[in-house]
Amino acid sequence: MNQKTAVIMILAAFLFWVPAWCPPVAAQQEKTDAPPVETIVERSNRVAYYQGKDGRADVNMNIVDGQGRTRNRQFTILRRDNLPEGRTDQEEIENFSGDQRFYVYFKAPPDVEDTVFMVWKHVELGQDDDRWLYLPDLDLVKRIASSDERSSFVGSHFFYEDVSGRNTNEDKHELEEVTDQYFVLDSAPKNPDVVEFSHYKTWIHRETFLPIQTDYHDRRNEVYRRYKVLNVSRPQGFLTVTKSKMSDLRTGGHTTIEYSDVEYNVGLPKDIFTERYLRKPPMQYIE
Amino acid sequence: MKSLLFYKYLVMAVIIPAAAWTGSFSQGPSLPEGLRIETRQKTGKKEVPELPPGLGEQKKKQPEHPSLPSGLGSQEQKEPEKPALPSGLDEKPQAKEQKQTKTGTKKQKAWRLPIELDGFWEVRAGTRIDDDPVHDDISLAETRLQLSYDRMITEYLPRGQLQITSDFIYDAVENDHDDVDLEEGEGFIDLREFWISFTPVDFLDIKVGRQILTWGTGNLIFLNDLFPKDYQSFFLGRDLEYLKAPSDAVKTSFYGDIVNIDLVYTPRFDADRFVDGTRLSFFDPSSGRLRGEDMPVKASRPDDWFEDDELAVRIYRNINAYELAAYAYKGFWKGPSGTDPVTGQRTFPKLWAYGASVRGPVGPGIGNAEFSWYNSEEDEDGDDPLVKNSEFRLLIGYEQEIVTDFTFGVQYYLEYMLDHEEYENSLPPGFYSRDESRNWVTLDLTHELMPQNQLLLSLFTFYSLSRQDVYCQPKITYHYTDNWRFQVGGNIFFGDREAFFGQFEENSNIYAAVRYSF
Repeated sequence: MNQKTAVIMILAAFLFWVPAWCPPVAAQQEKTDAPPVETIVERSNRVAYYQGKDGRADVNMNIVDGQGRTRNRQFTILRRDNLPEGRTDQEEIENFSGDQRFYVYFKAPPDVEDTVFMVWKHVELGQDDDRWLYLPDLDLVKRIASSDERSSFVGSHFFYEDVSGRNTNEDKHELEEVTDQYFVLDSAPKNPDVVEFSHYKTWIHRETFLPIQTDYHDRRNEVYRRYKVLNVSRPQGFLTVTKSKMSDLRTGGHTTIEYSDVEYNVGLPKDIFTERYLRKPPMQYIE
Repeated sequence: MKSLLFYKYLVMAVIIPAAAWTGSFSQGPSLPEGLRIETRQKTGKKEVPELPPGLGEQKKKQPEHPSLPSGLGSQEQKEPEKPALPSGLDEKPQAKEQKQTKTGTKKQKAWRLPIELDGFWEVRAGTRIDDDPVHDDISLAETRLQLSYDRMITEYLPRGQLQITSDFIYDAVENDHDDVDLEEGEGFIDLREFWISFTPVDFLDIKVGRQILTWGTGNLIFLNDLFPKDYQSFFLGRDLEYLKAPSDAVKTSFYGDIVNIDLVYTPRFDADRFVDGTRLSFFDPSSGRLRGEDMPVKASRPDDWFEDDELAVRIYRNINAYELAAYAYKGFWKGPSGTDPVTGQRTFPKLWAYGASVRGPVGPGIGNAEFSWYNSEEDEDGDDPLVKNSEFRLLIGYEQEIVTDFTFGVQYYLEYMLDHEEYENSLPPGFYSRDESRNWVTLDLTHELMPQNQLLLSLFTFYSLSRQDVYCQPKITYHYTDNWRFQVGGNIFFGDREAFFGQFEENSNIYAAVRYSF
């Protein structure tokens, strides 16, 4: 092989090489002044799921299937952070990202009206959430055995954990890119057998740490599911997603969630999230 | 070879800084500086999501960012239209929100009737699949309209609430439509609920009136729940909600730091709506024949107000996610469990019951265990053949979602007759003798299908380990829209005809229903 050929070969090799490892180098420059990825994940989780000590919202869910047929769900959701009893330290409250309790009171469709769904969300890895269902026609308090967090929430394109928050410890997160507006994170599951995605990419707004879009990739690395924030507002100064959309890119089906009458630090008592209020809904927080 | 490596490093030394400098190699070949940003923005537009309204506006306020390239310019031009909306959205809804929550907004539903009535209209028909010599083939042919009215009455009572739910029925199988018996749920009106509830003090809830009551841990098996059931509706294939018959009662609930206590007082005994031959036949082992409409059970219920009353108590608390409860009941056997030696009518002897239950996570599923001791007060020694003996009942269950949307539940249930020897000794010769213990296994499979889970397949099976008789409940429910629901199902009995489910064999039926909910 003469020298000329060798040079051409090397150059040719570089044409394949360079694109492969140049982006990290390029991004590295911007990433140096980005906070560590754990901080981004933690802050983003807090902004998305832990605003205030508690909260309430009216939710309107519009489900559109691949054929364009629509279904509607309306419910009121109450949320309370399970802070250790009697804590008043503002900083502790603000940094809390532990267990939470959710109370969901259905108003539509008519066949599930007045049904209550309750969740005690546990953030410890490996501990399933506790879920209850109250069926008023039978006065029945049912324990729900289903533990699959990635199954449809009330028939929508949102999963249970999209609504209550996916445990941040379940994935390995990497800061892939920093753009003018976003931290772009790539997250891969630590246990790929229990989830349907191979990895997902999240665009987190740099200023607010609010996740704006999440693309879920399948095993062939195709995006098949997309979460997107469509509207944001600041009731009582708390940054809140008031409209978001989850799309199934394979079927074309999607679900839009709209939140209204959002209120924080309502002062929800702890016992709202017990059997007493499953049977007798706390209408003062619902209507 | 050495020279090759040299070239390689040389080229690297040139390219790496160049790549870092342009910062754009990932998106393609390097471009002259002037074009660099634009290209990034172009690709950025494809890959990077736009900020939603609300954040976009904030973005505009930020002075560090305005030097947006022309590539984003078009986006920025759109933004003035959008922010006009969010800026309004940002302020106004907030003010409105707070006002609304203070005054308490009404539920907003476009499809509500003007007087806020909820309910459904349903048509349901069923047919027997075996020949029943004492009944027609048609097991069900009815249409019902359920109307439900509820409102807060906080202006009269603290946290007061009123609910009225009534069914209006046209039943083509029933011969008699005019005789309305609200107690028995017969006739064209079935008043399901009519109650008020309130909270006089913070730790106390009271609910008075006609109400549906349920407690305990079983799935379609009730031990300490001695509130009235309607097995006739259940076996005929009416909606599950009709398994529970209403009670006319006062329920008082106390909530304490250590335990909670429910006290239910029913001033006049509410019996089960049991299989008495009128709608469903049963095999009578003592007469050795099938009994139906021709020879229904004649029963005399204890029915003196405040004399023939019932009291049910539940004391319960949670320890973490485990629900513990203890129960007591004083009243009567809920089904005919005695015989009047003079009239020959079936009776409802006095009953005391005590029990306990626990329910909570077990491994990846939910486990439950419950027992109850039924003390037949009128036959304490078990030697009266005309009154049912005392019993010990036990239930152990487990439920788990084995694959997404597919749930599997299994239960073991035991009814153990106490003083069985005394019972056998007291029986006149040749009389049918009940087994000392009856035990069942139930299997519950439910599968939610289709993208919106609008199709529900379920199969509930009771299998008697001691008598091998079977009761099987297959059901397919399809939610066509949010309002329309279709259902087909069956109630299949087979096996030993002297056994509990086998005696209903001629009633095996299939049914279909259409329901419009509003």
